[in-house]
Parts: sequence; structure tokens; C-alpha cells
Amino acid sequence: MAMGPESLAIDASHLSRRYGRRWALADVSFQLQRGAVMMVAGRNGSGKTTLLRILSTAIRPDLGRGVVLGHDLINGREEVRRATALLAHYSYLYESLTALQNLDIVARFCGAPPSSAATALARVGLADRADDPVSTFSAGMRKRLSFARVLLQRPAIAFLDEPFGQLDPEGFALVEHVVAELKGGGATVVIATHQVDRVTGFADVRLMLEQGRVVSA
Amino acid sequence: MITALRKEFLLQWRTRAQAVAVFVFGATALLLFSFAIGPNAAALRQHAAGFLWLGLLLSSTLTLSETFHAEMENRALEGLLLLPVSPRALYYGKAVANALQLILLGIALVPVMVVLYDAGTTRIPMLLVVIALGAAGISAPGTLYSAMTSQARAKQTLLPLLLFPLIVPVLLASVKATSLIILGDPMGQAQAWISLLLAFNGIYWSLCGLLFDRVVED
Repeated sequence: MAMGPESLAIDASHLSRRYGRRWALADVSFQLQRGAVMMVAGRNGSGKTTLLRILSTAIRPDLGRGVVLGHDLINGREEVRRATALLAHYSYLYESLTALQNLDIVARFCGAPPSSAATALARVGLADRADDPVSTFSAGMRKRLSFARVLLQRPAIAFLDEPFGQLDPEGFALVEHVVAELKGGGATVVIATHQVDRVTGFADVRLMLEQGRVVSA
Repeated sequence: MITALRKEFLLQWRTRAQAVAVFVFGATALLLFSFAIGPNAAALRQHAAGFLWLGLLLSSTLTLSETFHAEMENRALEGLLLLPVSPRALYYGKAVANALQLILLGIALVPVMVVLYDAGTTRIPMLLVVIALGAAGISAPGTLYSAMTSQARAKQTLLPLLLFPLIVPVLLASVKATSLIILGDPMGQAQAWISLLLAFNGIYWSLCGLLFDRVVED
């Protein structure tokens, strides 16, 4: 079924990206409706991360064009960034600063109220570690903190790259609640994962990648 | 930019021990330079300004080469660029914070220079203006080049190689102005060197701000 441009969250057309001679993403095209949850699945090295990084404007495509919420990925980069948040492999955190200081920086840049940093921290279950430096955090705690960072941005589209990685069972439930919360608020969520079973339950759309190409959608 | 500056101060406060180490390095450099002249009081005084700025310049490379360390650790800079914030604001926040750090370092090195080179002056406000402009002139391109070299393996070597040729006019003007302040300025030439410093600061601060997003974006 054809979708009108105003109802589209993402319109990707022939997106391609290469590192050296190897095409990490080749000719990927798809459309995603606003408010939907999309699962991007595939093995390690299939291009999931590259796709999310292109769509969140962290990197540029070498070929193809992408439109996110009506804004071009290249020319409308700033508008795309204002409306999206990326949970990446990297935590994007300052090791020497405390959890609260890290979130406070994000809140200030996003124009969120000063109290929102503490609220987001409590939301991911780290309120009691607010004043501890990130360098003392475990991998799972860093992941939770990165989630708090995404929540603070109040995104219209959230790109979650391997959101379950390094989390304990409580953390898995947290991810599911956060995704439900984002979806409930009308946000679009794109989840890249190889833990297909965990996401299948709440994904509206699936995109399967293999060696950088779409094998099923 | 205020938010970016605030973030820089937070990061600098957390690594304040490094600032002490940089000061000790600068003071040691001044001490070693004095050995090259020997116990000739007039010659020491004559060269004091040049050695002060060389000490500050060498110390600045230690500060500047580390300025993007925290940003690269967990790709924090990429995380900031994905927020609704202008890369230019991030640059100016960092460059201003670096300039302030270098100004403080320069001010801290002045008493060391006075003691080692017997190079005191009563024109303190003028000296402060020259230190501020000289430090700012090093900081603006230094911050940009630090971003460029932050992912290079040999960043500690690469940064001075790129930076030193570019800041020759600033270094020259700073040394000349400081020297005139210390040794006396009967012809009122210091003003001209300060004007030159102002002009180069204008060029560096505007140009580097414009180029920063090209350096840090994919």
C-alpha cells in the first residue's frame, strides 16, 4: 500500500555506504509509517548499525537518499537531529563526569527542564548512583544511562542499536517498557538487533539485512 | 555556547591535576631556558619575553592535545553533534575554555619569569592584555587542529607540526609586545603589536569557527 509523504517517518531510497572497498550497506530502500516499530535484523556485519547511523545523520550515505520526517538526511541534517535520538554501540558518555552531570549536559542542549535529568535517571533505575562518575559504572549501567539520554531527547524517532546488549533481565523489561512508552507517545522506533525473538512481539515491520542488502521486508 | 562552555569547565575541573602538571612543565622549561643564557642578568632580561612565550607555547601543546581526549573516549563528541546543537557553539565553548586555561597558565608563569630572569614590570594591565590576546591566538587554531588530530595515532607530534607554523605571527607579536612592556617602550610600539594580535585573533576565531563542522562531521 502506497503511503503519503506526510504519513512517513522514514523514506529511504537506495541508501548505500562503503568503508574502503567493502559496501557495508548496498541499495537499501524502504518506507516506514509514523508511529510504527520497525525491527532491523541480521547477523553481525549485515549493515544494521550502518543503516541506523545513516538515518540518525551520524554518517552520510555514499549513494542514495533518505528523508526522515520530511527532512533530507543531508540538507535537513539539523532538523533530523532535532527530531531523532540514537542509542548507539558507544555510550556517548563522559567517563570523568557523574551520571547526573552527563544527563544534565544533554538536557541543557535539548532545552529540557533542569529537573528532567534526575527524572530520566530515576526512570532507568540509576537514581541512587546519580553522583557517581561514569567510570565506576558497569557496562549494563552505562547502557541504562544511554537509554536515559535517549528519553531526555524526547525523540519523534528513536533509533536503538542492539538495545538489549549488556543488560540483565530487569534491563530487558526496561527496554520493552521504554519502547512501549515511546510508541504510546506517538514516536517511531527503529530497533536493530540480532535478538529477533525478543523484538518480534512488538515490531510492526521487519527489515532483514544480509551483507548490506535487504533480503526481506 | 554557554552550555558548551559550562560542559568544558566541568571537564576541566575533573582533570585539574593535569593543569598543575602543565604549569610545572612550563616553569621547568623557563628554568632550562635560563641555563642557556648563563648568569648574565642583562641578557636574561633581554630574552625573558621570548622564553616566556616559548614556555607557554610548549605547555599549550600538552593542554591542547588532550582537549579532545574526553570527547573521543566514548565518542561523546558524536553524541553531542547528534543533539540539537550547532557544531560552532561546541567549538567556541571549547576554544574559549582552552583560551582561559592558557591565560591562567600565562599569568602563573609570569612570577616564574620575574624570579628567573629578573624581568619585572609595572605595566601589569598591559602585560595581561598581551597574555590574553596571545593565549587566545594560540587557542583558536589549536582547538581546531586538536580536533583534526584527535583520532591520529601520533597526535602529540602532529599537533605542534601543524600548529606552530600557523601561529608564528601571533607568537612574534606576543614576544615583541611583551618585550617592550618589560624593557621599556619609549616609542610606543607595543600598541602596534597589540593591534596585530587583535587582527590575527579576529581572523583565527572567525575562520576556525567556520571550519570546525567540516572537521568533525562525517
